[in-house]
Amino acid sequence: MPNSASIDTYLAHEGYVAFMKSIEMTPEQIIDELKLSNLRGRGGAGFPTGLKWSFIPRANPKPKYVVVNADESEPGTCKDRLLIQNDPHQLIEGCLIAARTIGCKAGYIYIRGEYRYLIDIMDKALAEAYAHGYLGKNIKGSGIDFDLYTHTGAGAYECGEESALLESLEGKRGVPRIRPPFPAVSGLYASPTVLNNVETFATVPAVLRMGGQAYADLGTPKNGGTRMLCVSGHVNRPGVYEVPLGFSMQKMIYEVCGGIRGGKKLKAVIPGGSSSPVLKADECDFPMDYDNYARMKTMAGSGGMMVMDEDTDIVKVALRTMRFYAHESCGWCIPCREGTTWLRKILTRMDEGTGRRADIDLIYELAKNMLGRTFCPLGDAAAMPTIGFVEKFREEFEARLRENVVPVTSPDQLIAIR
Amino acid sequence: MNFTPETEKILQDIWARYPQGRKRSAVIPMLMYAQDELGMVTQELVAEVAQRCEVSPLQVEEVVGYYSMLNKQRMGKHHVQVCTNIACLLMGGEELWQHTTKRLGIGHKQVTADGLISLEEVECAGACSWAPCVVDGYEYHHHMTIEKLDQLFDSIQQKVQ
Repeated sequence: MPNSASIDTYLAHEGYVAFMKSIEMTPEQIIDELKLSNLRGRGGAGFPTGLKWSFIPRANPKPKYVVVNADESEPGTCKDRLLIQNDPHQLIEGCLIAARTIGCKAGYIYIRGEYRYLIDIMDKALAEAYAHGYLGKNIKGSGIDFDLYTHTGAGAYECGEESALLESLEGKRGVPRIRPPFPAVSGLYASPTVLNNVETFATVPAVLRMGGQAYADLGTPKNGGTRMLCVSGHVNRPGVYEVPLGFSMQKMIYEVCGGIRGGKKLKAVIPGGSSSPVLKADECDFPMDYDNYARMKTMAGSGGMMVMDEDTDIVKVALRTMRFYAHESCGWCIPCREGTTWLRKILTRMDEGTGRRADIDLIYELAKNMLGRTFCPLGDAAAMPTIGFVEKFREEFEARLRENVVPVTSPDQLIAIR
Repeated sequence: MNFTPETEKILQDIWARYPQGRKRSAVIPMLMYAQDELGMVTQELVAEVAQRCEVSPLQVEEVVGYYSMLNKQRMGKHHVQVCTNIACLLMGGEELWQHTTKRLGIGHKQVTADGLISLEEVECAGACSWAPCVVDGYEYHHHMTIEKLDQLFDSIQQKVQ
């Protein structure tokens, strides 16, 4: 759609209609609609949105805040940038409805620092909204005041974690906070805060326009609506696709995305961003909704679906994943800081062919000792996929053990030392 | 400390976004936009931001050390970031990275002798469905190949001449 980011285009297509409707609704009614919709957080955790908003103590006299998580740094994920680029007013409207629901005067859209061109687009859209009276004082005569601003990140995956994001928004290092208290009670500036992913906020206007039940009916029971899947890797048609909850993964790979490129066979899929455990080819045929992903012992996550063909070196993928977590670990807690570093070293050894048999069990032990013991989910996000790779592709790891690798017999063979 | 009128306007605009008594929130955005003009985070900038945001210079230093996009070393006029994370790895990002280091003779977070180009091997840039991805400054380049990379470097180097 040409000029899709402009407010004129948005207004011509039911733009801000849901917000005007929300003014006539009570906060309880809005939250009920959201609960009915079964909308779950689209950032990765999948927490029910209506429930999250209901935790805000509306009677509390502290100023409240709306914060949008546009940090989008989970490997495999590239959907929020499309929403901001092509439909920024939808996000603004979602924030407006949130502001109306919880009774708040200010909001911040935290956008990762690398997405500067999107910050510029968003700033422009915000200026348009102000100019048309959808932001600022006494919006459209409703008595609601709401200011919304962009806020740039500066390169840190951990700042996509909600409490670390709030620390960053407050001008500090992105180190997570202990929960409870949760952001709904004590968030930005220790005040009640609604904090959701871009896609989640952007869905709220649709939920109000069509009604919660209608939105829910697009998906499966308890998994309402549609979501954006970012398909990447060895498919013929990678891209970002909006699909109903419960869409078949088999259909996604072979029909929508045209199958594996070069006529190769499927080997594995990382279904929901790097933090989700890998699925083997024979596990990739199920309806993609939160409950089914969990049944398959993985997660819907951020929707970053990375498809790998038969020639993929799984050990290399596992190593790169671990290098990522070790690099992005904020360093605050020992099990994550030391655990990710140690796992990275072991996987480096395995990739280079100098791994020992004991290393495979050591990987399990380390990862299992990180699970649930780190200060924030980054530790889990590092441990679970590693266990997944080793469990499902053990033969590939074993083939790389020192005892199984051809030894150096001539000085002409070079060993890369990292 | 003096900035260009454009940068000064941005800094003041940023400062105004946060409530009274919460100006610390402005630290990171101010550093990012000022760094665009200065090319790096200098001691002078740290002191300036601390003063404007009502915090101590140490509190600004803490932040500079944490965030990967804030640099105390001057990067090149074109800071070229090559993603080698999973989706880009699957689509040849590693080969692109090897090619860049070979062609320019520099490594991760290093600058060419003429100060024109610097390199960084980065984590997921958020372009997975259009991998492999290379970012020049804030400019995204998708579906990169070695040929397109060479064209990018050629055009950067030719512009100087």
